Amino acid sequence: MLLVVDSLVKRFGGLVATDNVTLAVPAGQIHAIIGPNGAGKTTLLSQLAGELRSDAGTIHFDGEDITALPAHIRAARGLARSFQINSVFKDFTALENVALAIQVHEGHCFRFWGQVAKDAALQSAALGFLAQVNLEERANIIAANLAYGERRALEVAIALASRPKLLLLDEPTSGMGANESAEIVTLLAKLKRTLTILLIEHDMNAVFALADRITVLVYGRTVAAGSPEEIRANTDVRRAYLGEDEDF
Amino acid sequence: MNINIFFLLEQLLNGVQFGVMLFLISAGLTLVFGIMNLINLAHGVLYMLGAYICASVIQASGSFLVGVAAAIVGSLAAGIVIELVTFRPLYRRTHLDQVLVTFGLTLFFNELVRIIWGPTALYAAVPAALSGQIDILPGAPYPTYRLVIIGTGILAAVFLYALVSYTRIGMLIRAGASNRVMVEALGVNIKLLYTFIFGLGAALAALAGALAGPILAIESGMGNGMLILALVVIVIGGIGSIRGAFIASILVGTVDTLGRTMLRPLFATFLSQATADQAGPAIASMLIYLLMAFILFFRPQGLFPPRIR
Amino acid sequence: MQSRTVVAAVIFTALALVPSVATALNQSFYIDVGIRILIFAIAALSLDLILGYGGMVSFGHAAFLGIGAYAVGILAYFGVHNGLAQFVAAIVVSTLAALFIGAVSVRTTGVYFIMTTLAFGQMLYFLAVSMSKFGGDDGMNISSTSDFGGWLDLHNPIVLYYTCFCFLLGFAVFSDRLVGSRFGMVLRAIHMNEQRAVAIGVGSFRYKLTAFVISGAMCGVSGALLANQALFVSPAIMHWTRSGEILIMVILGGIGTLFGPIIGAVVYLLLESTLSRITEHWEIILGPFLIIVVLFAHRGMLGWIAERRRAPTK
Repeated sequence: MLLVVDSLVKRFGGLVATDNVTLAVPAGQIHAIIGPNGAGKTTLLSQLAGELRSDAGTIHFDGEDITALPAHIRAARGLARSFQINSVFKDFTALENVALAIQVHEGHCFRFWGQVAKDAALQSAALGFLAQVNLEERANIIAANLAYGERRALEVAIALASRPKLLLLDEPTSGMGANESAEIVTLLAKLKRTLTILLIEHDMNAVFALADRITVLVYGRTVAAGSPEEIRANTDVRRAYLGEDEDF
Repeated sequence: MNINIFFLLEQLLNGVQFGVMLFLISAGLTLVFGIMNLINLAHGVLYMLGAYICASVIQASGSFLVGVAAAIVGSLAAGIVIELVTFRPLYRRTHLDQVLVTFGLTLFFNELVRIIWGPTALYAAVPAALSGQIDILPGAPYPTYRLVIIGTGILAAVFLYALVSYTRIGMLIRAGASNRVMVEALGVNIKLLYTFIFGLGAALAALAGALAGPILAIESGMGNGMLILALVVIVIGGIGSIRGAFIASILVGTVDTLGRTMLRPLFATFLSQATADQAGPAIASMLIYLLMAFILFFRPQGLFPPRIR
Repeated sequence: MQSRTVVAAVIFTALALVPSVATALNQSFYIDVGIRILIFAIAALSLDLILGYGGMVSFGHAAFLGIGAYAVGILAYFGVHNGLAQFVAAIVVSTLAALFIGAVSVRTTGVYFIMTTLAFGQMLYFLAVSMSKFGGDDGMNISSTSDFGGWLDLHNPIVLYYTCFCFLLGFAVFSDRLVGSRFGMVLRAIHMNEQRAVAIGVGSFRYKLTAFVISGAMCGVSGALLANQALFVSPAIMHWTRSGEILIMVILGGIGTLFGPIIGAVVYLLLESTLSRITEHWEIILGPFLIIVVLFAHRGMLGWIAERRRAPTK
């Protein structure tokens, strides 16, 4: 198992946002977390990434207990995340965004003289990641000027560029049109062979197309977990959550 | 060693007196920051105006109380004008912009005061009725006026506590500190609330200035030093917290006062007199900043951090 | 050629010509004004490095100016006039001070950072006031300029001018390289979006601290130069209003442009010397002027250099 989460808890005052969540993700799989709004999905992701401290429970990653590690160390160990709200470096070009992630991963950041813009190896590596998300044509555009869908794709490219073992994706298709969504799904399906992914997603078509395993979260609690077929068949899930969803 | 218990008690009281003055200034500063998210370097100006107006009015009217009242009203008016003219466009700007504009205001008012009242310092007399001393312990007299300052400061703290805890305005203040949008959604005139809070802070600072008149030199720029100390206080106390401001004020006031009077003789007990004469004042002048550094190192948001989310 | 390169070339060419022009016009007074401008330009440049690229609003930067000046003054007081020793001391002490101040304040963010740097600046100010051995509040005279053997006579205003010029040029080139280097990219990334930077594995503390220390050391050098010009040092040079002035220079010239603050220093100091000749109450004009600049023109004069990047580049 690449990621093992055991009885994780997060409280905000009286509110229990994450209530004894337990899950395990084996290497090479896509694990989806679904649930209605306010189910605590993003909170859980922030706990895994290390931005929020957990009140109880443990997180093991790649055989090590990372529960107490700060976010940047977890990232350096190979746990990359994307954000639900577009969170790129908006004054950097697409290329600079990705190049930054690469240089941080390489760990050579205390260099004060050599210019990143003239670092051919770094630039071509960054272009490679942009190509993976079909952004190589847009490499020199300032991120703030990219279209919404392009920024979502860039977000994924940044995450990939830090060569993670596990990718935590927070609604990669949110706010996208059907075509853009389909592109991201194709991309993730392609990555599946080389990467492990923990995915939060609202788009049920995407989830059932991609996921090997699904956990359903309601009010911070796991109400069901299993293969896509099991989740589809689960009446509790239908009633608690999916029943409201017309796409289902 | 020439330190006895009476001397220590006297210095402790001096520290508390200094502390409550700091509290009167910091209270407004911390409220304005906590609720309006505005950092106001011109707050020291209101303290200075209070001192000048009070001294002038005492001279004209002969009455200390009239002087204090005039100081409060005058600074309140100045504060409201400042709020309406310069701050309203500033609330949504960055802290850097706020710092620079209020810094510009400080330069302006310090110079204005120099033009109106001249470059030399003024001194106000302690009102006759309060000029005596009171035995706080048998054989330990302490100036009545300083006790009055302590009393006034504590009254102000109680008043603020009651205001924030038990009144409708206080409820809005508390709500506004944690959720501005919600207060606005409740149909409260947030601009009026802001002006009220700013005026309250201005009045308290002016009160401190008026009270300081008889014990400190009244001069242009006198607010600067107090402003910096008030900033230290609210950083230590936690921005936006009245309780934090009170505790930190007393802490800073006593640590600073005791440091200035005690460190030199203390150092002289184990260092040579010459070394102690140099090191004592040097360390004393840095003491509260080191205290701040120490507290911030462990609690980067101060003793009573604002509750956000 | 990029517009910022052109701007830089124009600025430095103009600055390089000042002594010749002043001598030709027989107005050697302007060389002195020029030296002051260069010195404060270094301070403003050093502040812009952390303010414009790291988002750190230091309101205590004059402290480093003071440390550099006192390092020269105190060594001179003890009879050490060796320029190398004095400048090394200025750099080492300001580096250590920046390390201490930074270690506490860089952990804080936003307004806490502003206030802690302000408070530490005042701490050093009061420390200087309390050092009665070195003149206390009144300050102390420095008996002679830093001694660099026979080959650099800082007593000669023109030599001092070009020494300051070279330091400014060197620091400007270094800063310009730095913001485009790997370190600079990380620093700017933290400024833009710290949460995202942490998520790709950046431990932001050490980058911000390193930048703060580099900036503090640079500003310390400008202090050492200032001591050489004035041959006098007093606590007033690290008063918080001085820190405010350095901030104003950066704002006037344009945050995050590196070359803007140099122009900001030129404009501010010329404004100061002009206004103070008109009236002794010149701050009553400066205050409102500052308010108007911030409220209505807060991008500064060279803001368009930085702004250019955000414009669509299709």
